[in-house]
Formats: sequence, structure tokens, C-alpha cells
Amino acid sequence: MLETEMSETVMSETGPLLRVRDLHAEIGDPRAPVHALRGVSFDILRGEAVGFVGESGSGKSVTARAVMRLAPEGAKVRLRGSVDFAGRDLLQLDESEMLDIRGRRIAMVFQDPMTSLNPVMTVGAQIDDIIRRHMNLSAREARARSVELLGLVGIQDPARRADDYPHQFSGGMRQRVLIAIAISCDPDLLIADEPTTALDVTVQAQILRLLLRLRDERGMSLMLITHDFGVVAGMVETVNVMYRGRIVETGRVDAVFAAPAHDYTRRLLAATPRLHRSGQAA
Amino acid sequence: MTSATTPPLLEVEDLSVVFPARRGGAPVAAIDGVSFDIAPGQTLGLVGQSGSGKTTTGRAVLRLQAIHRGSVKLLGRDLTRMSRSELRGMRRHMQFVLQNPYSSLHPRMTIAQILAEPLRVHKSAPENRTRERVEELLTLVNMDPATMHRYPNAFSGGQRQRIAIARALAVNPDFVVCDEPVSALDVQTQAQIVALLQSLQEKLGVSYLFIAHDLAIVREVAHKVAVMFRGRIIEMGAAGQVYDAPAHPYTQMLLDAVPVPDPALQRERLRRAQPERHFPDDETARGPCAFGEDHALSGTSRWHRVTAEHGVSCRFWPENSPLPAHDRAMET
Ligand SMILES: Nc1ncnc2c1ncn2[C@@H]1O[C@H](COP(=O)(O)OP(=O)(O)OP(=O)(O)O)[C@@H](O)[C@H]1O
Ligand SMILES: Nc1ncnc2c1ncn2[C@@H]1O[C@H](COP(=O)(O)OP(=O)(O)OP(=O)(O)O)[C@@H](O)[C@H]1O
Ligand SMILES: [Mg+2]
Ligand SMILES: [Mg+2]
Repeated sequence: MLETEMSETVMSETGPLLRVRDLHAEIGDPRAPVHALRGVSFDILRGEAVGFVGESGSGKSVTARAVMRLAPEGAKVRLRGSVDFAGRDLLQLDESEMLDIRGRRIAMVFQDPMTSLNPVMTVGAQIDDIIRRHMNLSAREARARSVELLGLVGIQDPARRADDYPHQFSGGMRQRVLIAIAISCDPDLLIADEPTTALDVTVQAQILRLLLRLRDERGMSLMLITHDFGVVAGMVETVNVMYRGRIVETGRVDAVFAAPAHDYTRRLLAATPRLHRSGQAA
Repeated sequence: MTSATTPPLLEVEDLSVVFPARRGGAPVAAIDGVSFDIAPGQTLGLVGQSGSGKTTTGRAVLRLQAIHRGSVKLLGRDLTRMSRSELRGMRRHMQFVLQNPYSSLHPRMTIAQILAEPLRVHKSAPENRTRERVEELLTLVNMDPATMHRYPNAFSGGQRQRIAIARALAVNPDFVVCDEPVSALDVQTQAQIVALLQSLQEKLGVSYLFIAHDLAIVREVAHKVAVMFRGRIIEMGAAGQVYDAPAHPYTQMLLDAVPVPDPALQRERLRRAQPERHFPDDETARGPCAFGEDHALSGTSRWHRVTAEHGVSCRFWPENSPLPAHDRAMET
């Protein structure tokens, strides 16, 4: 069942699922652009989880959106470089080809839960819509799947709450709706931009376990952007540290945490607030 | 420690918020019987389950949300009995940093306009000083004043969060509700903002209701901590006591789930099978509670003192959960 769901192309290709090379992004007015990305390169293998950490404003969200070929909200972006996904350079595709990939093969949990939900549509209807856009299901089947997904992300009483509007959900519940939407179509790559900032640590753990399970069972790849070093630690194999539009350090997460090479990474790790202290005070 | 003679800055008593019935259901109490005090210059950390009512509590306290029952006194004056215009006058004393830094900033206003607005509304800076004050505020939150003519969407999540904080501080409030004020920030910026909030507290004596999921940060900033679960405060006390000797099984579970920045350890913790924990809704329970008291018989409140500065509710208590131990060994 799992095999039949995976598309032929994915199965037949070798090499990384995502290969980004020398990506540049210039935002806004061409005469005075913000040069948000200055040559970003990285790979994500099939079934691999890769973390992105780094300073606020360093370009993590711009990178994530670039992979989806989306501009930052309310702005124009010029991208240079290449974004090879399953063997095709997404930067060369036309918009209609991109529509087949976005949401279906690459799904994204945006950093901002509120503006990515439609305020005048019930939560359930929004998930139904996405599911039906990508999968051949009846309205009833789609709703059953929506309710199942809401339950998976820990919404209590999901069948009833599917009829709520976004403003009737708490911040963390909205964030979980976005996660439900993102995983609804079994993407090959899930890009999650700060997906658990609004969640308490027990619900967060539940969501992270769900993502790990999708990875283990379906070979989903994960691009995880987070400020939380505890989350990175438990979730990813590889971590990329961004600073001012560049990746300044990359490596296996254990190695980077044990012996950060870049001074900036060292400072980030040192600034991480810790609850469970091992011996030392402060 | 505050002396018994200083009246609290904020007194919240038996606060309840009920949202109208959803299709085919009964109205739901989003928060029920919430009570707490905040002394001048102190911080109450509010933590707990996603959807438990933290944001609703913050909004109800500021009267941004209709309340069903209860009272809220700020500077000794009951906000729940005020007229609209009286309330407007009080807004200068109380501000809100919203959970969501994206939708809380008007997209068509420049940063300068966003920061100047509260100054104008509350007349807290003369017009010819507005620009100066805007620059000062941006510097305060560690942003380049030269960015003031840009629009919010030109900033990253963390930068917007700092703008929201600057806006809340613009009128020198006595009390600020901070709803996840640093969750969108990298750890260094987090540390800066936390230091900023603390230094303002020392300098100006601001009080905070600090809502956050990051328990390490709450421990750093809060004098007292309240833990919410399903619309109620289930544990509250001096921060050190709640963290070092959590009494309620939910608080214990929460503290145990905090991720640690150690890959080998954290991977193992995340993959370890989780025992299904059930917190029964035992509102009308009969017979002895976890503390051996039969509230149905005695009619007493279900709040129990652990120490003089630490209390816990006996509600939502899983069966066979041990009673609070006073010095629980720290787990890692
Ligand atoms: N719409 C926009 N218009 C102009 N500049 C923008 C826009 N969006 C982002 N930028 C700029 O691009 C840079 C990178 O922003 P990005 O949102 O990728 O940061 P980030 O690493 O995701 O930060 P955070 O951790 O705060 O979310 C920032 O310096 C920001 O000012
Ligand atoms: N306008 C509303 N109408 C109906 N129900 C609402 C409304 N606002 C909030 N609720 C419900 O009230 C409960 C408490 O929500 P609240 O936003 O206060 O939670 P929270 O503790 O802040 O959660 P989070 O940590 O996820 O932000 C939730 O079940 C939510 O769905
Ligand atoms: Mg971002
Ligand atoms: Mg909230």
C-alpha cells in the first residue's frame, strides 16, 4: 500500500530528494533590494530530517519559501541558483507545474498560523478542500480524513471541532490545523517553519512523534526550522546553521552540538535556556 | 518578597469566560474560576496545556474579552464595573503583546506610524517629541531606528515581535500581558528581550502576566507560576517551588516533557513509548480526593496548600498518582 502511494518518479531516482545550490534571494525594490539569501546550498535525502537554526532574520523562512517558489508575504522576490527536487529544477518550472508540486509533493507549515488560515471558512472545510484538491475523494470521505487528521494532531473531540472557525481555536490549535493540512496529502517533503512554537511541551512531543512516524513509515523528508535546540536535538540528523543569508555551519547534529565549529553556533548553544541543568548553576 | 502592606497591582477573582454554544452543543466555559494576584513589579508566569485558556485569561483580564463572572481589579479599581470611557482611560496602564506578531501589526502602517499611534491616543508624548520617542523605543528593543519607515512585512518574525513589544511599552504601562512574547525569536534575541523586560521591570516597576510554553524562560522571568489545564489553574506558587517540587501530576508531566538540547538523550526521550495519561474530569467526584478530603461532603474548595506559597488543585487527578513529594529529585 505504501509502495503504490509513492509515485514512480520518486522511486526510480537516486541522489538527494532536494538539492539546493547557490541560492540567492533578492527581495523588494530592484533598485534597493534586500539581499536575503547569499548563496545557500544544502541537500535533503529521502527520509532525512534536516534542521535549520539561526538568528532571527538570517533567511530561514525565505529559504523555505524559495523551495516552494513562494515570495515572502507581500513582497516580490528574485531567486537565483537551483532548487532540484526529485531531479527537476523547480526554479525552471512554470507556475502550473509548480501547482502540482506545492501542497502535494512538498507541503509547508508556515510560521504564521493565523494568516495562513481562511477566517471565514470552518477548519474542517479548509482541510476537506485541500484533500479534495489533491486526492480523488468524495466529500464524505474527505471529511472523515479531516477529522482523523485533527485527531492525530491532538484536537479533542475532532468531529465537532471541525465545524469551528479559526478564531474559535487557540493559537496552538491553529498551528496544529496547519500541520494537519500539511500532512494531509502525504508529501514527499514537509517543510515545517517553527511548527511547534505555540504548543505546550507535551503536545509538542506528540506532534514531533507524529512527524517521526510519517518519516519512518512513509519515508517523508523533513526540513525543520526551529529556534528550539531541544527540538532540533531530538528530531534531525543534519543541522544547518544560518547567519545573514548564508549557511555558516552544517553537520551531523551530534557533532555540531558536541563541538560547534562556528563561533556563531557556539554562542547560540551557550544562550540556550536550560531547565534540566546537569550540575552547573546559572 | 512583597510586604503584606503593599496591595497587589492586579487582583483577579473567580474569573470565568463562556463562549456561545457551537452547533448542537452546550456553551463552553473556556476558563472557569480563575483567581490570582500580581504584586507591583512582579511577574506571574502562566503556563499549561495548549487550548487551556491562557490567552483567554489574558484577554479577559484586559477586558478585551467579555466575561461571564468574576472581577478584575487593577490599581484597586474594578475593571469589570467600568464604563467604556473609564476603561479607555485605564488602557494607558495596561498593554498587551499578542501571541501572533504577524497579524497583530497593521500591514499598511509603517513601523513609525505603528509606534506613534499609542503615543497619540494616550497623549503620552508631545507631538514634536514623537519621532524621538519612536527612535528611543526601537533602540530599546534592539532595532535600527533607520528601519522605522518600513512596513511590517519587511521584517522577519522575530523582528516583528520586537516591534510589538516596543508598541506595548510606548506608553509606559504599569501592567503588560505578554502572550508568548519570545516564542518567535532565536535564543540570543530571546535572551535580549527577556533581559529588556526584566530591566524595565526594575527601572519602572512594570508587572507582567507572562504567558509562555517555554518553561525554562518562564522560570527565568517569573516570581510566581500558575499552571493551567482545561480552563482552570491547577497549581500555583513561587516559581522555584513549582519547578522543583511540582505537586500536580499534570505539572510533573509537563516538566518531564521539556526537550533537552542533547541529541542522544533527546532522541531517546522522544522515541520512548509514552504511557497514556488520563486526567479525569472529576468535578463532581464523591469520596476522598487525592488529599483524603471529601469535598462533596465538606463543601470546601478543591485547592490544597502544599506550602505557604504553593497550592494545588485536587481536580484532574489521575488514579494512583502519588501525592506531592516535597523535594522531588530532578530528572534528566
Ligand atoms: N517581505 C519582505 N520584504 C523585505 N524584506 C524581507 C521580507 N521578508 C523578509 N525580509 C528580509 O529577509 C531577511 C530574512 O528573513 P526571514 O524571514 O527568512 O528570516 P528568518 O531567519 O526566518 O527569521 P525568524 O527566525 O525571525 O523568523 C530578513 O532580514 C528580512 O528583513
Ligand atoms: N472566540 C472563541 N469562540 C469560541 N471558542 C473559543 C474562542 N476563543 C477561544 N476559544 C476556545 O477556548 C479555549 C481556550 O483558548 P485559549 O486561546 O485561551 O487557549 P490557550 O491556553 O491560549 O492555548 P494556546 O497555548 O494553544 O495558545 C480553546 O478550547 C478555544 O478553542
Ligand atoms: Mg522565519
Ligand atoms: Mg494562546
